[in-house]
Amino acid sequence: MNKQGQAGTLESNDIHIVVSETIPGTGIKIELTSTVLLQYGTAIKRTIEQVCKHLNVNDVVIKAVDKGALDCTIQARVKTALQRAGMTKEA
Amino acid sequence: MRRTLLFLPGNNPGNVQSGGVFGADGVILDLEDAVSPLEKDAARNLVAQALQTVDYHGCETVVRVNPLVAKGAKDIKVIVPCEPDALMLPKIESAADVKEQIALIKSAEKPGQKPVLVMPLLETPMGVAHALEIALSDDRVTAICLGAEDYTAGLGTARSKEGTEIFMARAVVANASAAANIDGVDTPFTDVQDEAGLIKDTMMAKNMGFKGKLSINPRQIDAIHNVYAPTGAEISWALRVLQAIEEGKNRGTGVIAVNGKMIDAPIVSRANRTIELAKLLNLLEVE
Repeated sequence: MNKQGQAGTLESNDIHIVVSETIPGTGIKIELTSTVLLQYGTAIKRTIEQVCKHLNVNDVVIKAVDKGALDCTIQARVKTALQRAGMTKEA
Repeated sequence: MRRTLLFLPGNNPGNVQSGGVFGADGVILDLEDAVSPLEKDAARNLVAQALQTVDYHGCETVVRVNPLVAKGAKDIKVIVPCEPDALMLPKIESAADVKEQIALIKSAEKPGQKPVLVMPLLETPMGVAHALEIALSDDRVTAICLGAEDYTAGLGTARSKEGTEIFMARAVVANASAAANIDGVDTPFTDVQDEAGLIKDTMMAKNMGFKGKLSINPRQIDAIHNVYAPTGAEISWALRVLQAIEEGKNRGTGVIAVNGKMIDAPIVSRANRTIELAKLLNLLEVE
């Protein structure tokens, strides 16, 4: 069974993240819904991708629903979701 | 300056990222009571990220970690390298409790980082009974705080707005902090709708020797700061004291008096603190 994890909420300033492990070689796939998709969609995806790479997670599907989260929140929620999925170690 | 330390729930991004704009002297990013057990990991990560990126505009950044029996060691390991100014340690009951956590803090610090200070929270009858040994337990103890909600539960009594039931605890904590030359910070006033009650409660704390008050809502900050702002009479008195000290030094006089009262070191210290506060609040120009 694929590892899955989620973190965050749908409240303002937050982002809800669901991560699912996928087969090696798939890469990092991000499905993003955001209230500021046009303005910041690319930047949000880049931030999510950077967190995954930093944690050595290279094959993962991420569904993200953004409600205006800042970078620090995006980073924290992605990390938490990956930790909860067991795809990266907690400190 | 710790007139106000504002609690903010550690898993609420809106609050965590806005901590610097409320005007408090310090913010306490809370990983303990304000976070549900299932979200402790998320809050820990959020606070860690925020400490590294959010501008708190000079506010003292404090993180209330969980007790060691509830994954507090993990909080310390993750939060300390993110360089908060201090950790608030809940449910401290002895000097040994403080030393145990300071050892963990030291082992979590990055080489060369500024030492993380600690603020033990005394919120049990045992903690209050050991206030002085806790205050003196380590140089990193920079303040001791009273948490009256849990304390009164421990006493087996009810919390009242008048605070009769915590009078002894307040006196003990304020005295211990003064004896250790650190800040004593009073328990929060929990009715955020009652500003008159907050002012009365803060005046009581100030008169008992507390240097500030924990706060649970941004709307409490101005009222607390107003109570702690020196009055015109206090500023005039402090200026006279400092002037007399200066004149005494120039004349080589040993004993100095102002208005017939002898001025000694604690008086000078109080006068200095009054002037520092007045400068901070831009009150000197108008005097």
